[in-house]
Amino acid sequence: MTVAGVTTDWEMVVGLEVHCELATSTKLFCACRNAFGDEPNTNVCPVCLGLPGSLPVLNRHAVELAMRVGLALHCRVEPSIFHRKNYFYPDMPKDYQVSQYDEPLNVGGWLELPDGGRVGITRAHMEEDTGKTTHVGGGGGRIHGADHSLVDYNRAGVPLVEIVSEPDIRTAEQAKAYVNELRAILVAIGASDARMEEGSLRIDANVSVRRGGEDALGTRAEIKNLNSVRSLGRALEYEARRQVALLEAGEAVVQETRHWNEDEGRTSSMRSKEEAYDYRYFPEPDLVPLAPSDEWLAGVRAGLPALPADRRAALAEVAGVGGADPSVAVVVQLGLDGLVKDAIGAGVDARLALTRAANELANRGAPEPAAFATVLRMEAGGRLTATQAKAVLAELAESGGDPEKIARARGFEALGGDVVAAAVDAAIAESPEEWARYAAGEAKLAGFFVGKVMAATRGKADGKAVTALLRERLTSA
Amino acid sequence: MTGALGIAGDVRAGRRSAREVVEEHLAAIAAREDELHAFNLVLAGEARAAAAEVDRRVAAGEDPGPLAGVPVALKDNLCTRGIPTTCSSRILADWRPPYDATVVRRLRDAGAVIVGKTNMDEFAMGSSTENSAFGPTRNPHDPTRVPGGSSGGSAAAVAAGFSALALGSDTGGSIRQPAALCGVVGVKPTYGRVSRYGLVAFASSLDQVGPLAGSVADAALALEVIAGHDPADSTSVAQPAPSLLGELDRGVDGLRIGVLSELVEGVDPDVGTRLAEAAAALEAAGAKVDDAHIPAARLGLSAYYLIATAEASSNLARYDGVRYGLRVDGDDVTAMYGATRAAGFGAEVKRRIMLGTYALSAGYYDAYYGQSQRVRTLLIRDFEAAYESYDLLLAPTTPTTAFPLGAKTDDPLAMYLSDVCTIPSNLAGHPAIAVPYGRGDDGLPVGLQLLAPALGEATMFRAAAALEASLRSGTGASAA
Repeated sequence: MTVAGVTTDWEMVVGLEVHCELATSTKLFCACRNAFGDEPNTNVCPVCLGLPGSLPVLNRHAVELAMRVGLALHCRVEPSIFHRKNYFYPDMPKDYQVSQYDEPLNVGGWLELPDGGRVGITRAHMEEDTGKTTHVGGGGGRIHGADHSLVDYNRAGVPLVEIVSEPDIRTAEQAKAYVNELRAILVAIGASDARMEEGSLRIDANVSVRRGGEDALGTRAEIKNLNSVRSLGRALEYEARRQVALLEAGEAVVQETRHWNEDEGRTSSMRSKEEAYDYRYFPEPDLVPLAPSDEWLAGVRAGLPALPADRRAALAEVAGVGGADPSVAVVVQLGLDGLVKDAIGAGVDARLALTRAANELANRGAPEPAAFATVLRMEAGGRLTATQAKAVLAELAESGGDPEKIARARGFEALGGDVVAAAVDAAIAESPEEWARYAAGEAKLAGFFVGKVMAATRGKADGKAVTALLRERLTSA
Repeated sequence: MTGALGIAGDVRAGRRSAREVVEEHLAAIAAREDELHAFNLVLAGEARAAAAEVDRRVAAGEDPGPLAGVPVALKDNLCTRGIPTTCSSRILADWRPPYDATVVRRLRDAGAVIVGKTNMDEFAMGSSTENSAFGPTRNPHDPTRVPGGSSGGSAAAVAAGFSALALGSDTGGSIRQPAALCGVVGVKPTYGRVSRYGLVAFASSLDQVGPLAGSVADAALALEVIAGHDPADSTSVAQPAPSLLGELDRGVDGLRIGVLSELVEGVDPDVGTRLAEAAAALEAAGAKVDDAHIPAARLGLSAYYLIATAEASSNLARYDGVRYGLRVDGDDVTAMYGATRAAGFGAEVKRRIMLGTYALSAGYYDAYYGQSQRVRTLLIRDFEAAYESYDLLLAPTTPTTAFPLGAKTDDPLAMYLSDVCTIPSNLAGHPAIAVPYGRGDDGLPVGLQLLAPALGEATMFRAAAALEASLRSGTGASAA
């Protein structure tokens, strides 16, 4: 997508840094619980509080999940070391963050978007999370002007992977698709619950603009406080337009960190390059180098589940639809691709299976595969109307059971064809005037007859079947 | 008063009660502590309770542990649960750790009786214990002199008979240098031999906990108790504690010992004489002794003062007034940080934080920190080359005997130079033991050190015991 300027068209160039909390049971360097929403400062110990004399011990499971992230993003997993990133902040107990710097665990991969496009992954490195500060009073939740601040160290030391993309993203839609796909991958491989609303997935965006056709990158701004995929899209659109306006007015974009204000719908300056911290990185002397053995790496690779992109491709092939089919993406996102493939294998119409799974089973449990296929066959065979099939599916998904019994219990027992035919004939006989008009081409009167049949059968007839019968009566008349 | 081995043997056998032993040491403390100020805190009540528990176990026929009833003093940078751990700094003056350091737990489990927390240079930064926020410690051999540092309180406590053993920490010589100046044995173990969990960090890649003792055998006993793998310290060596006491009588026959020429240059003549006598005594005992060279040894001092200060600048960042320790309020959080740290740290600590911060700054990192790491690598290679020809190296521990209080406090560089002989072992991560060897022209103790390759403690203790024996038998130092 281009950003229209006055003089020319501009291109948005975006790279994303995504922080993802790993779904370990304990923290990165100690045995404290890694849990969201607990009473503040209850999951803490000398290590994650950075008490004098305490030392970190690396969590093996966190490394394993970080390796899964790297492998799922087609990165090379390399021998790595930890560094200290030094800066003062009250929610960082040691006043340095243990992170990876110039020798990260995962380097050089890519992520495939649902539309087939690729975004390069520069690196995916491990680090510890900080605590969480709540600023009370004054400055609207920001530190400046606050009366006082409260710090919860439950989050301090929670394992993070920071996934840094190449500046390969060109539109807000692509950025959103990237984050959605990344979330799907992280959830699929069990690395994270990737909930933006709980802060277990957090995004910073590096944004610049350049004139269409230019190769050199423009000066970028880094945008923070993007709390949803929607915010990300809005912030990118805003920031690109802001930069274009500056450049077209002959001004320069300043390299700086900017804060996204969701309510105002705009970004504002947090700190410039000159004010940027000198983090004084140096190798963390309390930890030893991390060099996963070939055996370990091979084991993690072998344990990786199929990734969303592979699952979409597999489902599209079985269903005989295009890879970019929206229902395919939704079904995979819901984790129902196995169910749908089984149903198609059992002879159910592929489109019907995709549509019913995508639309009727979201936010519900998956039904038994055999039961799912049975309902769809009943629907396709005319034994259940669409409305009835949806109701049976909903009940199956929520409480399970036998589709035939559910249909009977709900009074959905399909009417025999002869009953419906008799009802149609009765309706025609009762309203000869309307039938004559219908026969003369007044097609909307079909609804009148369907309504009469439905009333006579107390809604059990299939509307499509009734319409078909009406046409049949016309041609045979 | 007998040493740690004698006390433990008597208490275990029921010949003496731990309570009797602890009262003897508390009486010694009462007699001279006001003069020497070895302790930041004397734990008389806790010590009596611990001794009573040892006596109860002996009476009940339970194993009271290898250090049963042995009074031990702890440097005040070792965390003790519920007991103030100040690092001799105002910033931690009221801090009580919620946990015991691994070495403290091991001492307690071994039946040791902890008698107090010893004075030190603030955050272990110094060589005279004059950088304590709570006043200096004095040398028991001459109270006008310093005890050395930074573990000066621990060395003085052992030398004055306040405790049979003490623990210190050695980042650039902070166990060995005060041991030498106070005439006791001090051990800097191989990096990773002893857990650092619960040792308040100064320079993490150099810090190591070790014992100070009245004899080589007592130091061996203490090291056997505190050494060995600790899963809470990632840099801990995956090996059990070495067996040392059994090595002490094996002598030095056939050992190849090199005298470290680079570290002999510039030492006082009397110290040089003791060193020559020690070399002769080891040779007489059957060792093959000649001159060895570590060309990079003297580069160590500059590299050390960049690496140690860089790590310290990061390690000491956490003393910010937010969570524990001193807080001096300010208008905002940045002002609070500044006020707290300005009031809480002493001049030497501030100097080193600034040096280290500078050494790690953007644009300077490679010239300072990076270059220092290259020197470190070079030094390790020099040591490796020397250890192809020698089993052990012999060197002075300090260039001089104990100097008067105040003599070097206005000249940080002169103070730093007193660590020149001890620093190479820390940079290499190797073990070294300081052994008293006679006296200087001023009548004050002289210390020599034996250096060994990584995990070479057993051989090192063998030679140290031989050196000590040569003094007792009169075959060694003329002024002994």
